[in-house]
Amino acid sequence: MRRSRRALPVLLSVTLGAALAACGGGSGADGNALTVYGAPHGELLSAMADGFTQQTGIKVNVRPGADAELANQIVQEGKASPADVIMTENSPAMGLADSRGLLARVDTATVAQVPSKFVPSSHNWVGFAARSTVLVYNTKALAPGQLPVSIMDLAQPQWRGRVGIAPSGADFQAIVSAVLALRGETATRQWLDGLKANAKAYSNNIAILKAVNSGEVAAGVSYHYYWYKDRAAGGVSSGNAELRFFGNQDPGAFLSTSGAGVLASSKKQPQAQQFLAYLTSEAGQKVLAASKAMEYPLLPSVTNSVLRPISVLDPPEVDPAKLNGPEVVTLMQKAGLL
Amino acid sequence: MPVLGVLVALLVLLPLGFVASYVATSSWAEIRQLVLRPRTAELLWNTSRLIAGCVLACAVLGTATAWLVERTTVPWRGLWRVLLVAPLAIPAFVNSYGWVSLLPGASGYGGALLIVTLSYFPLVYLPVGAALRGLDPALEESAFTLGRGPLRVFWGVVLPQLRPALAGGCLLVGLHLLAEFGALQMLRFPTFTVAIYEQYQSSFNGPAANMLSAVLLAYCLLLLLAELRLRRRARYARVGSGAARPAPRVRLGALTLPAVAGLALLAALSLGVPLGSLVYWLAKGTTSHVAFGPLGVAAATSLGLGATAALVTVALALPVAWLDVRRPGRLATLIERSTYFGNALPGIVVALALVTISIRVVPALYQTVPLLTAAYAILFLPRAVVGVRAALAQAPPVLDDVARSLGLSAMAGLRRVTIPLTAPGLGVGAALVFIAVVTELTATLLLAPTGTQTLATRFWASSDGLAYGEAAPYAAVMVLLSTPATYLLTRDMRRASSG
Repeated sequence: MRRSRRALPVLLSVTLGAALAACGGGSGADGNALTVYGAPHGELLSAMADGFTQQTGIKVNVRPGADAELANQIVQEGKASPADVIMTENSPAMGLADSRGLLARVDTATVAQVPSKFVPSSHNWVGFAARSTVLVYNTKALAPGQLPVSIMDLAQPQWRGRVGIAPSGADFQAIVSAVLALRGETATRQWLDGLKANAKAYSNNIAILKAVNSGEVAAGVSYHYYWYKDRAAGGVSSGNAELRFFGNQDPGAFLSTSGAGVLASSKKQPQAQQFLAYLTSEAGQKVLAASKAMEYPLLPSVTNSVLRPISVLDPPEVDPAKLNGPEVVTLMQKAGLL
Repeated sequence: MPVLGVLVALLVLLPLGFVASYVATSSWAEIRQLVLRPRTAELLWNTSRLIAGCVLACAVLGTATAWLVERTTVPWRGLWRVLLVAPLAIPAFVNSYGWVSLLPGASGYGGALLIVTLSYFPLVYLPVGAALRGLDPALEESAFTLGRGPLRVFWGVVLPQLRPALAGGCLLVGLHLLAEFGALQMLRFPTFTVAIYEQYQSSFNGPAANMLSAVLLAYCLLLLLAELRLRRRARYARVGSGAARPAPRVRLGALTLPAVAGLALLAALSLGVPLGSLVYWLAKGTTSHVAFGPLGVAAATSLGLGATAALVTVALALPVAWLDVRRPGRLATLIERSTYFGNALPGIVVALALVTISIRVVPALYQTVPLLTAAYAILFLPRAVVGVRAALAQAPPVLDDVARSLGLSAMAGLRRVTIPLTAPGLGVGAALVFIAVVTELTATLLLAPTGTQTLATRFWASSDGLAYGEAAPYAAVMVLLSTPATYLLTRDMRRASSG
C-alpha cells in the first residue's frame, strides 16, 4: 500500500509529461502550413510536398486517406473543411468534389501548363500525374497467347478463380468508372457479376502483385507502376510477373488521371494555388519523374525513360470530368463486390 | 456524483443513440436496399462462422490449459502461467502480420481461425484459471465418494462451476472478434468491421457504412444478452462456515510428456511465430534503414495519447464505480450498465458516429485530440470501471466518514483518503486502458488530427503496403509498451497462486 502511494504521483507525472510531449510532437499546429487531404502514395506525396516547401518555404501537412473517402469527407465538412487542397489518385473523386461546387477555379497559368486531356472542362482541378491500367500476369501460369484481348474478357468462365482484383480500392473503382463511361451500364453490370464469380479480392494492388508473382492467381488487374517499382527495387515480388498493356483503346488501357484542386472554402487561396502551380510545373514534374513512384509525368518535356512511353499506350478517350464515382460504388454494391 | 455519473453514461450511449436514430430516420426502401442484399448475408456468414469456430477453440484451449496448469502435476507451472498470458501483449494485427509475412498463404477462414484463436485464447484461460483456483474441492470429493469417475466429475461438477468464468471469457472473445479489423483485413477474411471500413474508404460516412454499423451493433448486443442468459443466477460461493482448501493435483504420470509438448507447441505458435517473425523483419529491415525520427515521434504520440486517455477514462470511471459501490440503487446500476455497452461497441462504429456528430454539431472538436480521447474513453471505460470498482469495494467506507468528521470537505476527503486507498485499482484500470489505446487502430485512423501518426497507424500504413521490414520497428515498440501493463495485470494473479 505504501509503495503504491509513492508510485501514484510518479505515474501521474510521467503520464502528464508524455501527454505534453505528444501534443507538441503530433499536432504540428503551424498556422501557415497548407493542409492537404492526399490520397497518393506517401513516397510521391512527400517528394512533391518537400519540393514545394523547399521552393516556397510553405509547410505542407498531409492527411492521408483513400480517394472517395477524402472527397466525401470534404462534402460532409462543407464550408468548415480544414483542408486547403485535395489530391486524389484518380479523377472520379475529383469529379465528385467538383460537382458539389467545393472547388475553386484553378489559375489560368496553371491550367495552361497541363495538356488539355488531363484537365476537366470546368477548369476546377488539374491533373498532375497519370497511371495506366494493366493486366499483371504470372509467366509460368500464362503463355502470351493465353492472355485476354480485352479487360472485358475477364468476366468469362475460363477465368474463374484465376484473376485478382482490389475492389475496395479507388484504383479499381476508377477502372470500373472507365468501363461504365465506355460500355454503358448493362455491360458494366454483367462484367461486375462475372468478376464477382471469377475474382479473388485483395486489399490493394501490392497484394495482387505478390499473389500473381507467387502463382496464387494467374493474373490481376492493376496499375503499371507497382510492377515497375518492384522491378526497380530488385524484383523480389515481380520476377515471375510481366505486364500486359491492352492498348487498342480498350477500357483496360484506361489512363487514369491523378488530380489536385483548391477548396473554395480555403482561407489560403494564394498558397494553395501556388501548390497546384508547383505540382504541374517543370520542376514539380521532374521531382515526380525522379521519385520512386514510377507514375507518368504529364508534361511532354518531362519523361521517365524506364516506363513504356505514354505515347504508345493507345488509351481510350475518356473525359476525366465524366467519370462517376458514386454510381460505380452503387453498381459494385449491387454486384456484392463491396 | 450522481450528475457526473449520468453525464458519463450519456457520453457512452452517444454512439448507440446515433446509430439508432440513423436507422430510425432512414426510409424502409433505403434500409432494404443497403441491408437486405447478398453481401450482408456473406458478411453475416463469415462473421458468425469465425465467432463460432474461434469461441469454441478458445474455450477448449483456455479450459484445457488452465486445468493442466492449475490442477495437474505438469512441470514448470510458473513458466506456463506467464507464457499462456503473454500473447495478450501481442496485438492481434501484429500476430497476423507475423504469420502472413512468413506464410502468405495463411489467409481465408482457416488462417483467420488459427491466428485469432492464438491471439485470444488467454481471454478464456485467465478467468477459467482464476475460477479453478477458487473452487472448493469438497464438492468434487463428494462426487467421487458417490461413485463418479474423473471425467464425469469434471463434466458434471467442475464445468458447471466454471460456467460464469467460461461464459465471460467467451463473450470477451466474441466481442473482440466483432471489433477486429487489422488482423482480419490482413488475412483477407471480410467480416462486418472490415466491410464497414471498406465502405468508409469508398464513401466516408455514407449510408452503407452506417447501415452496416447498425447491423454490427445489433450483433454485439445479441452476444451481450446471450452471455447474461448463459451466466444465469446461481450461487457459486461456499455456503456455511469454513474455507476452501487448495485442490489436490491430478498425477499426469505417463501423460506428462504429451502435456508439456502440447503447452510448448501452443507457446511456439502463439508467441514464437509472431515474435520470431518480428525479429526476422527487424534484422532484415536494418540492412536498408530504420527511420528513427518517425519512430520516435509515433512512439511519443502513442504514449501521450495512451496516457491522456488512461487518465481521462479513469477519472470518468470514478463516479460510476463510486456510485455503484457507495450509493447502490437503481440509478447506480443503470449508470454502470450503460457504461458496460462500451464493451460491445467496435471502434469503427464509435468513430463513424463521432465523425458525423462532430461535423454537424460541434465542428470545433472535429479532428482534435479531445474528440479522439472521448472515443477511447467510450470504448475502454468498462476496463477502467472494473479496476476502480474492485479497489473501492475493498476500501472501508468508514475511513471516508472519519475524514469528513475530522473536518475535510467531500472533495478533500476524496483526494486525501479515498484516492490513495484505491490507487492500485486505479493503476490497474489505467494500465488496461493504456494498452488498449496504444494498439487501437480504427478509431485512431478516422479521428486523429491531421498529421498525427501513432505506432498503430504507422504500422498499419507500412504493413498494408506489404512493406514488412518498414512495419517491424513499430510493431516491436507496441509489444514493448504493452508488456509491462500485461505483466501488471497478471501479477496479482500469479502472486495469489504461487503455491
